Amino acid sequence: MPEITRDEVAHLADLARIDLDDAELDHLAPQLNVILDSVASIQGVAGDDVIPTSHPLPLTNVFRDDVVRPCLTPEQALSGAPAVEEQRFSVPRILGDEQ
Amino acid sequence: MTDTLVPFEDVLKDFDPALGLEVHVELNTATKMFCGCPNEFGAEPNSQVCPTCLGLPGAMPVVNGKAVESAIRIGLALNCTIAEWCRFARKNYFYPDMPKNFQTSQYDEPIAFDGYLDVEVEGETFRIEIERAHMEEDTGKTTHIGGATGRIHGADHSLVDYNRAGIPLIEIVTKPITGTGAKAPLVARAYVAALRELILALGVSDARMEQGSMRCDVNLSLAPKPSSGEPGETKLGTRTETKNVNSLRSVERAVRFEMSRHAGVLLSGAKILQETRHFHEDTGTTSAGREKSDAEDYRYFPEPDLVPIAPAREWVEELRGTLPEPPSERRARLQGEWGFSDLEMRDAAAAGALSLIEETVAAGAAPQAARKWWLSELARRANDTGVELTDVGVTPAQVAEVQKLVEAGTVNDKLARQVFEGLYAGEGSPAEIVAARGLAVVSDEGALSAAVDNAIAANPDVADKIRDGKVAAAGALIGAVMKEMRGQADAGRVRELILEKLA
Amino acid sequence: MSWIEKTAAELADALAAGETTSVELTQAHLDRIGAVDGDVHAFLHVDTEGALAQAQASDERRTAGAAKHALDGVPIAVKDVLTTTGLPTTCGSKILEGWIPPYDATVVARLKAAGLPILGKTNMDEFAMGSSTEHSAYGPTRNPWDLDRIPGGSGGGSAAAVAAFEAPLALGTDTGGSIRQPGAVTGTVGVKPTYGSVSRYGLVALANSLDQVGPVTRTVLDSALLHELIGGHDPLDSTSTTTPVTGLVEAARQGATGDLSGLKVGVIKELAGDGWQAGVMQRFQESVDLLTKLGADVVEVSAPNFVHAMAAYYLILPAEASSNLAKFDAMRYGLRVTPDGDPSAEDVMKATRDAGFGDEVKRRIILGTYALSSGYYDAYYGQAQKIRTLIIEDFNRAYADVDVLVSPTAPTTAFKLGEKLDDPIAMYLNDLATIPANLAGVPGISVPAGLAPEDGLPVGFQILAPILEDARVYRVGAALESALVQQWGGPLVAPEVRK
Ligand SMILES: [Mg+2]
Ligand SMILES: [Zn+2]
Repeated sequence: MPEITRDEVAHLADLARIDLDDAELDHLAPQLNVILDSVASIQGVAGDDVIPTSHPLPLTNVFRDDVVRPCLTPEQALSGAPAVEEQRFSVPRILGDEQ
Repeated sequence: MTDTLVPFEDVLKDFDPALGLEVHVELNTATKMFCGCPNEFGAEPNSQVCPTCLGLPGAMPVVNGKAVESAIRIGLALNCTIAEWCRFARKNYFYPDMPKNFQTSQYDEPIAFDGYLDVEVEGETFRIEIERAHMEEDTGKTTHIGGATGRIHGADHSLVDYNRAGIPLIEIVTKPITGTGAKAPLVARAYVAALRELILALGVSDARMEQGSMRCDVNLSLAPKPSSGEPGETKLGTRTETKNVNSLRSVERAVRFEMSRHAGVLLSGAKILQETRHFHEDTGTTSAGREKSDAEDYRYFPEPDLVPIAPAREWVEELRGTLPEPPSERRARLQGEWGFSDLEMRDAAAAGALSLIEETVAAGAAPQAARKWWLSELARRANDTGVELTDVGVTPAQVAEVQKLVEAGTVNDKLARQVFEGLYAGEGSPAEIVAARGLAVVSDEGALSAAVDNAIAANPDVADKIRDGKVAAAGALIGAVMKEMRGQADAGRVRELILEKLA
Repeated sequence: MSWIEKTAAELADALAAGETTSVELTQAHLDRIGAVDGDVHAFLHVDTEGALAQAQASDERRTAGAAKHALDGVPIAVKDVLTTTGLPTTCGSKILEGWIPPYDATVVARLKAAGLPILGKTNMDEFAMGSSTEHSAYGPTRNPWDLDRIPGGSGGGSAAAVAAFEAPLALGTDTGGSIRQPGAVTGTVGVKPTYGSVSRYGLVALANSLDQVGPVTRTVLDSALLHELIGGHDPLDSTSTTTPVTGLVEAARQGATGDLSGLKVGVIKELAGDGWQAGVMQRFQESVDLLTKLGADVVEVSAPNFVHAMAAYYLILPAEASSNLAKFDAMRYGLRVTPDGDPSAEDVMKATRDAGFGDEVKRRIILGTYALSSGYYDAYYGQAQKIRTLIIEDFNRAYADVDVLVSPTAPTTAFKLGEKLDDPIAMYLNDLATIPANLAGVPGISVPAGLAPEDGLPVGFQILAPILEDARVYRVGAALESALVQQWGGPLVAPEVRK
């Protein structure tokens, strides 16, 4: 099992949008390695012939009729918002492009 | 940095283009993809949201069965295989317009795959291979506040409306399209046009590019031409993805521009950056967006709140039975039936008027007359009011009725336009409008004769010219008569009377 | 005996007989909360006014002969991971401090429709990540058996509230044992229903493919009553089963008669032995012997892949959780931390998530992000999903021979607060015996099996049944419960709150 380096943890934190400081990175990297070590045992337990299970119930085709249901009011929708302007959620300036 | 552009004609000397088109189509279902909020354009901000499409903690998605049906029909119309079993996955990335910070989409298990669409450019048929058509949800809409342009860059902050979040999308992705050479821009345009026509024929979307219910991303790369003699196993070059190209004309222009730009970069010895690009309608150019690395890590995994979709084969076959006639076959059939020239046919198709003409003809009008009304008076009205031809407020049956009144001599073309005014205003049937507005052509010979006499008396010099054989001058007298009769005269009969009286 | 010491079934009977009112019962529990919750800290939010108003309405219905359910008027506590209109829902996290959802979870809506006054929201490990309730951002809950010890987790608040007589009933959620393990260490009953048989709509997801809402009570019958009330199909949850959730109360009543003849019980070999506390094993063995006495046929069965369950769980859970928790980004609700300068949305997201999430949550988000990353997906998440298949096969093989499987619920009794806080692996081991049921979706119950001789703390006995055979865990659980209570001369009562 490869070790996760401190740099990798920093990269993962970036992907997960968590602003970890140096102390947190120092603390977290070894902990993650301990956890990964302990879960490493499953490597090779199940071969190619084992079908992965993503869900414990074998349900398929659960569909909804295309029928309108009541919405929240705009007041309810915006009730938890940290900032509101013109009945919209106000968010800080966005740097990246849309995907 | 300004781009060095290579003239389009010269690009082909050194390079072969490869296209890839990704088209997002918003379905016209009554509700969103995963919740019962209405799928409607233009409601007040954040009025069509619920816990699910707002991504509130604890809320869960439920798949709209109608959206799955539309996806399968699109897949079938594109000659795709329909998956026996497929799933939704989460595409994880952070962006404020995305309520959950993952998009519920399909990843390696799309509902439809391996299809094609044939398109024709200047008499040549190109088979566009479809890689996949998959289901996903739209994002919210962001308005950027502050800064000069309302663009994202330089904005002070942004406002988000989540009404659009969760609207069902079908993303249709082509395989790399090669071998189109100089026709690449036209092929790209023709493909999107054909796809739009197909979507409209299926009735699954409004496919309005200007409103964003159909959006196109244009991928383009150039590969150096294989040196002569060597059989061409060309590798694809580095591609750019120009996002949200939102008209047919823009698709063509974006391909053309990117080909010139890529060639400029490559000939200067530099490398093409794998990135997204923005298209600018005003200049027809693109500018750099986000750099895309191959290692882009969306951490896809199967959506654990949804169960797999396994469309029964009987259902798929039943849906196959609901497919409309393929657009190209239909066009050929209609052109034969109507006797339109190629140009007339192309204009009618481009205006989205084929079905309207077809229904007008079915209601009793001659094809040329139907074409004339839809592509002149009604097209102008649609254009002036900024609506689609189908929403202009006049039905094919009404057009046929107006045409009947014209042929019966009840109204002339000019009066017919006033009948249409009445129809836009909802004043009743064409016959009722003629009666209410007093539009019928006056066939009372006495009144007509008196009006002609008045016109002759008022314009003695014109009358002399006509007596001298200058028949073309009659137009001035006809105009005067028509004016007195407030347009309600048969111009042909007026002309006859003038010539009789001045013989 | 005061009202608070009665079971929910007894309270329902008293209401039906007109011996008391919902207002009286609700007030008695609110008084109890006022008296002991300063020590126990089972509640994050107590809704005195709302609960009394609901009680009042219930009494009016009952007077009019229009009670909506047997439990109409019996108060309940709700884990703070379920959304409630008008009541804060924080999931034990700073990032949701003060958030009042505009909608009710389906199970909460069902409680309201049946007329149960909601006393308040109970404490939990932040976003249900933990086995001790020490990871709550609002301070730990304490075990009513020993206030220096943990009440289990993540649902320590619900278990402690019920153990301390602050509520006769509570709702919990169980992703890897968060109902059953707190039940074991607080001497209460906790049930994890079959996956999908109780709606998850409005349950703030930890790991969607593992989470399940279930009852937390002091008796098996009370759990059955509550389970039937909250269970059954929900069109808002795509993973919801359509099989009606019925026959549980009947099974509990039948089990309480004490006849288990014809029942085949399998003791899971892999869930015992080294590392298991001696007193826990001793009480477990006594209960197994009791089952034999009641007529059951007990055999040992092997589930060889259960040893891999914890590893699979600690890959699947963080992966799903890392994605679920992405929505907490300071844009639409909850905490927003704005760093100095001219921060972008991205800066605000990062600062907020750093300040708003606790250590354990960050640990698991990073771990899950890693497990889903391209290049590692197959080795981690993909492999874990295969282990899941093997565990389901182990269950299926075992159920071919036996009707129910049994094990101790947790390897030890309640440990001291702070003891395992800095050792994630030691903490994770608490869920060793409960996790397999979540991976396979099968139902399970923990019933009190007595006190460990070495520390005098409660031990839990776990009973597992096949998917949708929830009635079996009630039948066996009730049989064991009645035999044990008879042996003890009355139910176990937490000493710290007796005084
Ligand atoms: Mg997409
Ligand atoms: Zn919605």
